Amino acid sequence: MSAPPPVTIVGAGPAGLAAARAAASAGARVRLIDAEPSPGGQYLRGDALAGPHGGAAGQGAHVPDGAEHISDTEVWALEPLPGGGARLHLRSGPADGSGGARTADAPVLVLATGAHDRVLPFPGWDLPGVVTAGAAQALAKSQRTAIGRTAVVAGTGPFLLPVTRSLIGAGARVAAVLEANAPVSGWLRCAGGAAAGFGKFGELVGHTAVLARRRVPYRTRTAVIAAHGDGVLEAVTTVRLDPGWRPLPGTERTIAADALCLGFGFTPRLELAVAAGCATTGGFVRVDAAQATSAPGVFAAGEPTGIGGAALAAAEGEVAGTAAARACGHPVVAPLGALRRVRAGRRFAAALAAAHPLRPGWTRWPRDDTPVCRCEEVTLSDLHAAARSASGGRAFRLASRAGLGLCQGRVCGRNTAELIGLTDDDAQRFDRRPIAVPVRLGDLADGT
Amino acid sequence: MTGHPDAVVVGAGIVGAACAEALGRAGLRVTVVERGAPAGATTASGEGNVLVSDKEPGPELELARSSLRRWPDVLRGAAAVAPDAPDPEWDPKGGLVAALDGGAEEPLTAFAAAQRAAGVDARAIGGDEARDLEPGLSPEAGAAVLYPQDAQLQPVAAATALLAAVRARGGRVRHGTAALGLVRGASGAVAGLRTDRGTIPCGAVVNACGPWSGDFSRLAGAPVDVRPRRGMVLVTAPLPPGTVRRKVYDADYVGAVGAGEADLRTSTVVESTHAGTVLIGSSRQRVGFDDTVRVEVLRAIARKAAALFPALARVPVMRAYGGFRPYTPDHLPVIGEDPRVPGLWHATGHEGAGVGLAAGTGHLLAALVTGAPADTDPHPFRVLRGEEDGRE
Ligand SMILES: Cc1cc2nc3c(=O)[nH]c(=O)nc-3n(C[C@H](O)[C@H](O)[C@H](O)COP(=O)(O)OP(=O)(O)OC[C@H]3O[C@@H](n4cnc5c(N)ncnc54)[C@H](O)[C@@H]3O)c2cc1C
Ligand SMILES: Cc1cc2nc3c(=O)[nH]c(=O)nc-3n(C[C@H](O)[C@H](O)[C@H](O)COP(=O)(O)OP(=O)(O)OC[C@H]3O[C@@H](n4cnc5c(N)ncnc54)[C@H](O)[C@@H]3O)c2cc1C
Repeated sequence: MSAPPPVTIVGAGPAGLAAARAAASAGARVRLIDAEPSPGGQYLRGDALAGPHGGAAGQGAHVPDGAEHISDTEVWALEPLPGGGARLHLRSGPADGSGGARTADAPVLVLATGAHDRVLPFPGWDLPGVVTAGAAQALAKSQRTAIGRTAVVAGTGPFLLPVTRSLIGAGARVAAVLEANAPVSGWLRCAGGAAAGFGKFGELVGHTAVLARRRVPYRTRTAVIAAHGDGVLEAVTTVRLDPGWRPLPGTERTIAADALCLGFGFTPRLELAVAAGCATTGGFVRVDAAQATSAPGVFAAGEPTGIGGAALAAAEGEVAGTAAARACGHPVVAPLGALRRVRAGRRFAAALAAAHPLRPGWTRWPRDDTPVCRCEEVTLSDLHAAARSASGGRAFRLASRAGLGLCQGRVCGRNTAELIGLTDDDAQRFDRRPIAVPVRLGDLADGT
Repeated sequence: MTGHPDAVVVGAGIVGAACAEALGRAGLRVTVVERGAPAGATTASGEGNVLVSDKEPGPELELARSSLRRWPDVLRGAAAVAPDAPDPEWDPKGGLVAALDGGAEEPLTAFAAAQRAAGVDARAIGGDEARDLEPGLSPEAGAAVLYPQDAQLQPVAAATALLAAVRARGGRVRHGTAALGLVRGASGAVAGLRTDRGTIPCGAVVNACGPWSGDFSRLAGAPVDVRPRRGMVLVTAPLPPGTVRRKVYDADYVGAVGAGEADLRTSTVVESTHAGTVLIGSSRQRVGFDDTVRVEVLRAIARKAAALFPALARVPVMRAYGGFRPYTPDHLPVIGEDPRVPGLWHATGHEGAGVGLAAGTGHLLAALVTGAPADTDPHPFRVLRGEEDGRE
């Protein structure tokens, strides 16, 4: 009998790390591939406070002993293998350097590729100084540097609070936290259902306490609808919103700030799952109770399957890692605790999604000359012109050029779809990226 | 609009759009039926080359020359009636074909000489002269042929502009409508088109379904053999203007276009777009409608492009996309009326040249439908060929 195949995991965030630990403890060989130099993903990476055994994700950024951690390495393409699983094409080092291209066959694969935080367009959102909450958070955590001296945090969802706390921790003054929806306490109060028994509750109460102590103004139904500055951010215009997120005239205020951190929820990173042939529903990878996708040998965990925070990602990872070990032929014990946490986490995630949806009024924030796709400098009026001439799909994308630049629609894809009212099928085209991350032509040519 | 259309074109790719535009210009009332979005299928994958350089003397070259003559006028005419349509970016930028090894020089020069005899402007130049024209070209290139007539357009914009002209002349374009089959009169001739949104009475139906033309022809009761041949293209990050000036080809395509094997073939075409990105095409492979990513295909394209333009090796490839070229067993388009079903016309099977050949195809089809004189011989493109009349 030949040796069982390893469990290969892409993504070393809370989900991928938990999968690695579960698979390793079931006796599987584990290969963990991640684009970053150190493990942890968006939530745990470079966070001294999370420590090896701390944080919401239980065991922090601990890679299990004996697991092969292939760091600093991107999976730039994925091809399904005939017997199940996939062949991964890897490259390491800087995108413009010569990156030792190689492949790895993964008959049993866990995709734990996380998500990008989403940003909505408005006049000035492309000014230097305007960043995603995730980027601000990463900088604050890893370099202990704040993105600016005076920051405004705006968007929707509970993760605006930890960013704010990190910014304060890194020495910035946070002039305001603007939540576009109704109070967070909406779901914090929703006892019994969502937050009950879930670690997140205590954690967020901790954040609100810090905010209160620092007297950081926290405004709900408020958004930034313009950013100003001569070449770099100097001030933002805020406005009160109606429940549908339409700006209420006459409520504009100007706040001086040199940093604006935006977080309007998350867009899952689906390109590898799509290339693997995994079915999606509502913009997320569809999984069964064992985190198995529709593609044989391929499991998914964490944000590609739904957005619910680090603890849910870790619980899904544990289930996926266990199921993947079993698929490799190892006897496993059903991860009952993790399965229970997944169920509770999904209830919490559903409550989060209900409390912090993106409301259609945001489509009124950009002006005709506001760039929607930054890479290709496509403005709102360009989009409308393209939509008039090409009624959807690839033709629309080619006519408008939205999503054809370096980010490949990661930033603008869903925004474009909602601004133009594309069908779901057409919107999903933005998730199809045969080349998941840019790769040098020479590296492509050299590989075997 | 009242009354029924005279002709219904099925498929709003570049070929269907060109046929509808030509029929409308000839005075027919035209409806175009498209199951997806106009110009959203194969046409959205086309690189937009309008070429004579890659064609050996014969019927396809004649159709290509007719098309090349017509494209500028057709686009001007469409813009005159539908000025708001997007700019098709017609650009007669010329092509340069380079022989990268000694063995390729002789076939290339012979090929060009035959094309010259058939009326193509094909100028043999040396490697150094080629590098003066394209400074990034490989030092290995020993001989080259310059084709000043080769041009480029943006296929989606061109199809969109042609469809806008159809509408401006009173025709209709119904997208999101799938053709399901024909309605035939007592004589057996076409009396209408059945769609998933009802029947459209008409006397003529044009099958311009691209790689799905075989499927529609079976639904119409008159099968033609058109199959998909997959192709992939690489797109680089934007590069400084002037990095690649013309369309630059590796002379090795001289063998590839006509071949029908299932195995992978690549013929290298490198060119820059208005957006500054460089398109690197393309592969040919018979894998049905399977659209899974095949990295060996991307590698093969990349390897050859780096051989042609060594500096491209440092450039990041941003994306890859593909489509299915509609091909026939003898690699010639099918254009004409189906003798088995009067009133059923085909305009399909253009394989890797449908964008370039569309203007000529529209002209030829409209001429055949209306009985007007055509500038190309339709016989080689007739519907029933092969065993029926002893052709191989
Ligand atoms: C600003 C901010 C604050 C947050 N605060 C909290 C909080 O307080 N509490 C909480 O519970 N959650 C918080 N979250 C959410 C939390 O970060 C996520 O829920 C969690 O990180 C999801 O884990 P994951 O494993 O699914 O994905 P990630 O942590 O995103 O990990 C995915 C990993 O996969 C890698 N990867 C992706 N694609 C490839 C590829 N092609 N090749 C190689 N590697 C690849 C990525 O580089 C990354 O390392 C916050 C998020 C943000 C943006
Ligand atoms: C990678 C690649 C590069 C290429 N580069 C070039 C190039 O540089 N130059 C060039 O000249 N050519 C090129 N081609 C070839 C060119 O793209 C095709 O020859 C051309 O687009 C075919 O056009 P079409 O209108 O026949 O097909 P399509 O564009 O596929 O149009 C057919 C339409 O019919 C519709 N349809 C099908 N069935 C039905 C039905 N039952 N009811 C209603 N609608 C239906 C489809 O939805 C589709 O929109 C390339 C092709 C590929 C794949």
